[in-house]
Amino acid sequence: MPKSSSLRRWAGAAIAGATLMAGAVQAQAKPPECIAPAKPGGGYDLTCRLAANGLQDADLIDEPMMVSYMPGGIGAVAYNHVTGVRDDDPNLIVAASTGAALNLALAKFGQQHSADDVRWLGALGVDYGAVVVRADAPWQNLGELMAALEEEPSSVVIGAGGTVGSQDWMKAALMAKAADVDPRSLRYVAFEGGGEALAALLGEHIQVFTGDLAELKPQLDSGEVRILAALSEERMAGPYADIPTAKEQGFDVEWPIWRGYYMGPNVSDEAYQAWSDRLRELSETDSFATLREGRGLFPMARFGDDFDSYVKQQVEDFSQLAREVGLTQ
Amino acid sequence: MFDFLIDGFGVALTPLNLGLAFLGALLGTLFGALPGIGPINGIAILMPLAYTLGLPAESALILLAGIYTGSEYGGRMSSILLNVPGDAGAVMTTLDGHPLAKKGLAGPALGLSAVSSFIGATVAIIGLTLFAPLLAAVAVKFGPAEFFALMIFAFASMSAMMGKDPVKTLIGAVLGVLISTVGVDSGTGVLRFTFDMPELYDGIDFVVMIIGLFAVSEILLMLEHAFRHDAEGEMAPIGRVMVKLSEVLYCKWSILRSSVIGFVIGILPGTGASVASAVAYTTEKRLTDHDNSFGTGNMRGLAAPEAANNASAAGSFVPMLTLGIPGSGTTAILLGALMLYNINPGPMMFREQPVVVGGLIASLYIGNVVLLLLNLPLAGVFARVLQVPRWLLVPSVAILAFVGVYQLHSDLMAIYLMLVIGVFGYLLRKFGFSLAPVVLGFVLGGLMEENLRRALSISGGDVAILWQSALSVGLWIAAALVVLLPLAAGRLKAKLMEKAA
Repeated sequence: MPKSSSLRRWAGAAIAGATLMAGAVQAQAKPPECIAPAKPGGGYDLTCRLAANGLQDADLIDEPMMVSYMPGGIGAVAYNHVTGVRDDDPNLIVAASTGAALNLALAKFGQQHSADDVRWLGALGVDYGAVVVRADAPWQNLGELMAALEEEPSSVVIGAGGTVGSQDWMKAALMAKAADVDPRSLRYVAFEGGGEALAALLGEHIQVFTGDLAELKPQLDSGEVRILAALSEERMAGPYADIPTAKEQGFDVEWPIWRGYYMGPNVSDEAYQAWSDRLRELSETDSFATLREGRGLFPMARFGDDFDSYVKQQVEDFSQLAREVGLTQ
Repeated sequence: MFDFLIDGFGVALTPLNLGLAFLGALLGTLFGALPGIGPINGIAILMPLAYTLGLPAESALILLAGIYTGSEYGGRMSSILLNVPGDAGAVMTTLDGHPLAKKGLAGPALGLSAVSSFIGATVAIIGLTLFAPLLAAVAVKFGPAEFFALMIFAFASMSAMMGKDPVKTLIGAVLGVLISTVGVDSGTGVLRFTFDMPELYDGIDFVVMIIGLFAVSEILLMLEHAFRHDAEGEMAPIGRVMVKLSEVLYCKWSILRSSVIGFVIGILPGTGASVASAVAYTTEKRLTDHDNSFGTGNMRGLAAPEAANNASAAGSFVPMLTLGIPGSGTTAILLGALMLYNINPGPMMFREQPVVVGGLIASLYIGNVVLLLLNLPLAGVFARVLQVPRWLLVPSVAILAFVGVYQLHSDLMAIYLMLVIGVFGYLLRKFGFSLAPVVLGFVLGGLMEENLRRALSISGGDVAILWQSALSVGLWIAAALVVLLPLAAGRLKAKLMEKAA
């Protein structure tokens, strides 16, 4: 490895976080940047790093991409920032997910903001919701659990890592809806993140955890939990091949959690197209497939206008759903 | 059975990994010492570097774990020297650490806290090595109801801190609880006290809170003293630099008890160094403070929280390595770092990745020794920070505080919020309030409310769930005892005095 390139990597990594120490380096031309609209370490951080590490490993960017954090308002602060301040920055992408689409549908980003305010760029991966119980739970399949719910909604304690109205809650609410149960009569417990909810499941404090499929792999391997249903369109491959979808058990519930990016509304078509091509190219490399699997994500390839219309449709669907489950009027 | 550890030492003692453990320890101490950059940000900064340099998984983990444990060491420095906690776990360290520095004992205070940090971490790492799988199974038994009882116990323990002005302590704690309610309500998703500002949806960030409350108010106090040219707040000249063996021995039981408390609280998912150090401090005050000198520069009051916060850092690895569930915010990021390497921490990790687990645990032992060797001789050097003239020190602290908060949020709103909280903290101090109860109310209040709500959603509103398990009953009894025993003891004493007279 030539010396200068490793030096540059050090400098790049320093910019990535340590504004403190990198004042001098910042005077250079602007490197590509990914804003994670959360504190370091969360899902948005990993989404940004997926792009940053992937693009760098595949040599699709000249300079390392810097990841910066803009927590606040479950993503609303970053949304405001990109629609208002850096609305035409050609080097800036922002991490987003199904959760952002849901928040837009629920007007959690403020009444004035809609999905039309940004340019949705593309998604690099997707995880799916999963209905999880302990290995010693009485229910062997989704049908049995649904029957118990139908009979007495409050007899089953369901928990997950988000508040009422969050996407974790939506999974539970959609299940309830499929069993003709009022989502508001569920006994739902909101934890701080999926990890705490999983701990509560293992500790027998809750009975059902509406989590995400891939994050459960370690517990699945060790035989501590049973996944009653994957909330995906079709069965997943590999270690998940034995897990039936909700659909094939007769309940029409799907919950994809995509991980993608958006750009400012006034970014030029050339810049938007260039980024969209770059991500598409990245998604087709082998090194990226390894990286994506490491992050526990299944393939998803939607870029540019295709993705833009996908997200806008999803936000519309979510608004409809929110009314149906009684979240909004 | 300990094959993995022997292999682990083999891994950790290679020159590269040894160097990384040293680098991590050094950087961690630095990150911890700078107000505003805690272990979470330190790791977030270094994670891409480790990945970019192409380090293997165990080496990256060794570097990042070094930063984590190092910053728990480093956090004490600005607590002792400037009365500004360097990170979340070091809030309680200000209470006796800074008065010691004011007496001219900054050097010994830094030395003693390094030794107690070392012992705390050692106890916890041994506990981690021996009992990890066993402890993990117990830790998940701690559900919302048990956490609620634990928080009640922690609040009850705070009554030990009431000192000469119990009403002000109470008001402070209630203010803290009040501030913790800002943001999206965890149960229902309803916005509380956010005034339509999206910046407040996630609540008030802990770092913004402590930097504002401690650093900004300290800056305002320093300015005030400088303006009036008065001697109040002046430091005594730096006396001796090294801690004496007799001082360490004086604190030995406090250190050991606090180490165990810190380790146990560290294991519980969802509670971290701040709760551990608070419980350790108040327990020690209760047990050993016979002349009411805690808060005025008692060595035990300094040793206890430092032993506890380092022990809890090592303890939080237990649920991470055995269950794949982070025991603290920082281990949550370490989990993310592992996922970069296609390693899924969890029940199978000890079996499937013995090199990574063994290497990590071995590096904790090594890093801990490195940290002690690094921190003991440096105590004298760092103590000289106090000789920096005020006109230089005040703006430096201010710059660190502003840059630290801004790099965390990239948003001016956080700076304004920090300033408002700072003025609030300044006023509280002028009115004779102690800031620690406010911070504790803020941390414990949020946890207490969330867990109460969770427990009640589990039971469907039946409050009996709060005392249904043996664990929670034990905690309720302990809480009652810490409040009632001193009262009863006081009565008894008075009666005996009467008889004697």
